[in-house]
Amino acid sequence: MMKETLVPQLGIVTDVRVDTPDVKTFRVNAVNGGKCFEHMPGQCAMLSIPGVGEAMFSITSSPTNAEYMEFSIKKCGCLTNWLHQMDVGQMITVRGPYGNAFPVEEDLKGQDLLFIAGGIGLAPLRSVINYVRAKRENYGKVRIVYGARSKEDLVDYPEIVNEWCQEAGMEVFLTIDQPQEGWEGHVGFVPNYVTELGFDPQGRVLVCGPPVMIKFTTQALMDMGFEKTQIYTTMELRMKCGVGKCGRCNIGDQYVCKDGPVFRFDKLGELPAEY
Amino acid sequence: MMKKIKARALSLLSDGTVKRVLGWETGETAWDWSPALFETEKEMDSFVYGVYAGANLSKYCLKMGKMDGKTLVILKPCDTLSFRQLLHEHRLERDAFYIIGAGCTGMQDENSLLMKCAACKSKNFAVYDEIIDTEEAKQPTGTKNRMEDVEKLEQMTAEERFAFWQGELSRCIRCNACRNVCPACSCIKCVFDNPSSGVQSKAPVTDFEENMFHIIRAYHVAGRCTDCGECSRVCPQHIPLHLLNRKFIKDMNELYGEYQAGRSDDERTPLTSYTMEDAEPGIVHERGRG
Amino acid sequence: MRTFSAEKLESLISSMTLPVYAPVEEGNTVIYAPYEAGKKLRLDKVGTDKTPKEVLFPQWETLMHFRMEGKTIELTEEERAKEDYVLFGVRACDMQAIRVLDKVFLSDPVDTYYAARREHGIIVGLACDQPGKNCFCKNFDIDPAQPDTDLVLWPAGDTYYCEAYTDKGRALMDGWDTEEADENAVAEIKENIAKKYDALPFAHLNLTGFDGEHLMEKFESPQWKKLSMACLGCGTCTFSCPTCQCYDIRDYDTGHGIQRYRCWDSCMYSDFTLMAHGTNRPTQLEKYRQRFMHKLVYFPSRNEGMYSCVGCGRCIEKCPMNLNIVKVIKALGEGEKE
Repeated sequence: MMKETLVPQLGIVTDVRVDTPDVKTFRVNAVNGGKCFEHMPGQCAMLSIPGVGEAMFSITSSPTNAEYMEFSIKKCGCLTNWLHQMDVGQMITVRGPYGNAFPVEEDLKGQDLLFIAGGIGLAPLRSVINYVRAKRENYGKVRIVYGARSKEDLVDYPEIVNEWCQEAGMEVFLTIDQPQEGWEGHVGFVPNYVTELGFDPQGRVLVCGPPVMIKFTTQALMDMGFEKTQIYTTMELRMKCGVGKCGRCNIGDQYVCKDGPVFRFDKLGELPAEY
Repeated sequence: MMKKIKARALSLLSDGTVKRVLGWETGETAWDWSPALFETEKEMDSFVYGVYAGANLSKYCLKMGKMDGKTLVILKPCDTLSFRQLLHEHRLERDAFYIIGAGCTGMQDENSLLMKCAACKSKNFAVYDEIIDTEEAKQPTGTKNRMEDVEKLEQMTAEERFAFWQGELSRCIRCNACRNVCPACSCIKCVFDNPSSGVQSKAPVTDFEENMFHIIRAYHVAGRCTDCGECSRVCPQHIPLHLLNRKFIKDMNELYGEYQAGRSDDERTPLTSYTMEDAEPGIVHERGRG
Repeated sequence: MRTFSAEKLESLISSMTLPVYAPVEEGNTVIYAPYEAGKKLRLDKVGTDKTPKEVLFPQWETLMHFRMEGKTIELTEEERAKEDYVLFGVRACDMQAIRVLDKVFLSDPVDTYYAARREHGIIVGLACDQPGKNCFCKNFDIDPAQPDTDLVLWPAGDTYYCEAYTDKGRALMDGWDTEEADENAVAEIKENIAKKYDALPFAHLNLTGFDGEHLMEKFESPQWKKLSMACLGCGTCTFSCPTCQCYDIRDYDTGHGIQRYRCWDSCMYSDFTLMAHGTNRPTQLEKYRQRFMHKLVYFPSRNEGMYSCVGCGRCIEKCPMNLNIVKVIKALGEGEKE
């Protein structure tokens, strides 16, 4: 019998890390060890707890991680509330990988890369960042601008501080929305911070975060002279099938689950703004 | 009558009394009129009123009520019951509307008199600012006994009745047209659309569930349903849903005295007021044996 | 070309050993259901109340079962269809609708639930000797006189003509009690159908501009506000449509385990695109626009110009408020052909 994509495989949660008050990162393995499947940075997977629901999540870990996959998940609905109560050893269902990926082996190769993330928007970009770190020789300078509501809301802060910030050829700029005790870094919204920092309009930019942040950040980038063809983002819409059939993530003639979630900004501009 | 209504609507629109007119517009054929909102005199060119204005516009008033300025709405006698019931439930503000009560000579679809008109309840207007009608429109249209089909169902054995409803409801495609058109279904979020309700569903997982959707809906509108008949008119599978509501109305009339939802504001509503003369709960069990 | 007497139709259907889904009367509707003795066949009805889509893509179907125990999950797939069957009396428009469904469900990755049903079905087409007043199929290059099915029946008064076009169709027809007929026997019937069709009110619509090239122009049309005003947000048009195939996947707790099922969904529904943080199509205008844009612009843009409207006319008949795709085509298009 042909394999049915709607039928998931079983996975097992092998580690749970509390990242922020409402974000946890789950390590998932296949039941018999190893990864459930291979993916490319930016691709997604459908995770489910039968009886609770199934939803699309971006795969946070880099494909260069040979042992496991990770998902950083924000608690914001019925399924994610349930997922947040999981302990190590809990089985879940996993299917994928779905969607396209950031063009790490094509358009991004050899380029200086600017990553701009807001809140949980770091999740899909983390996969790319760690992929680039693993294949450092293929890419130019890496700069990361990351903002969140507060210090506690910066997802995966230890990895950022202990690894990303220490690496040669990588610069990390962090910001939080409101001043906070014990925070000596920048305070302010991401788009404003991007403008303050000012970037030379070359290389490629990867943006992910809340829609309003993406909107103003892109504007800031264009004001600096970036072209739409240099900017990529990744989108999220309601999805049920993951393979362009159930219909709900359809925008214009594109299906976000299949043709996206990664879109270059010039392509996005050709679509109705229903996202 | 249409000329008079159109002229009056145009004058109220042009003198600024109302900001928009909720009525009907012509379609592609002689009979496929649709409810429409007219905001300019120019748009009023396609305004129509007549025998194909069957849709009850009361429910659209929920949307219009949130807009700035007055809306002129054309209501037929039975539509005014729905409107008044919504006023009674504080879902509409009277001041937000200018109501033209439009005389009705019986509404039709392409082929015949609508089911609701075949057993016309009344030609009285329950609420209006002015009435535009004719002598002909004051005469009753359909003379069919409204409860005739309910009586037929009552005469069946419980098994026959169950088989009847099973057959009818099995065709339901769960399109929700009955619910969405129903002026009594005015919940902002229907329990069947609420993911937290535990009964949210778009498909019958079991036959039992399918029956439940319609029966729960009938219970929920009992005492508030004006018997406008829109549920049966819109059903794409021609399920006679109005019979469920009429059964409730018949029972309430028999148990608590004759009542018409939406007729007036000061009447006691049979299911929300208690009197010593009310039937004992046991009667339900008795009547259920068929 | 073969022929048989109309009197023999029911015995011909009964003689088939495979299950037969045919348009039969159910209450005061006509739906495609298993044909059994005693049921009233309604081959005269154009625009049946339910569509043949339902046989291939049922309103709801179980996909798999889960058993949960402690932290473990056990998964069992639902079996796929494995018995051959006959889908009888399918009109040209409804067959084209199945081709539209094929584009969706049989494209990579193949939907195996649909594929199994599709593979096991033998489709017997029925020419429209009396096209309905709401029909407009030819606008989409569909010939009501020649359904693109395994086997085609042409009604001609007290006889039927039939011809098989595929191996499946030939095998089925071999089992029928028919007689040899002149190869040109249906030429006149086809001509009559064409004449009758040409006289219909929506026979010739202008679809110029309904393509990917004009996507944003159509999307941004100021007409949508007026067109969508009366829309109730019900699913009548979607569920009565032979090509609408959006679906939802949900879990049902049976008390013994979890049944994961798929059911029809509608872009007209409030929760279709609803996420934890809201919906990207907040009002009925956007929902309404999505449905018609998908049929007339998005789908053809992705599928070499193939529309996902087949002109069956059901939405014209069924919409509670008389909104329909012809009104959309006329309002957004460039008027009728001269």
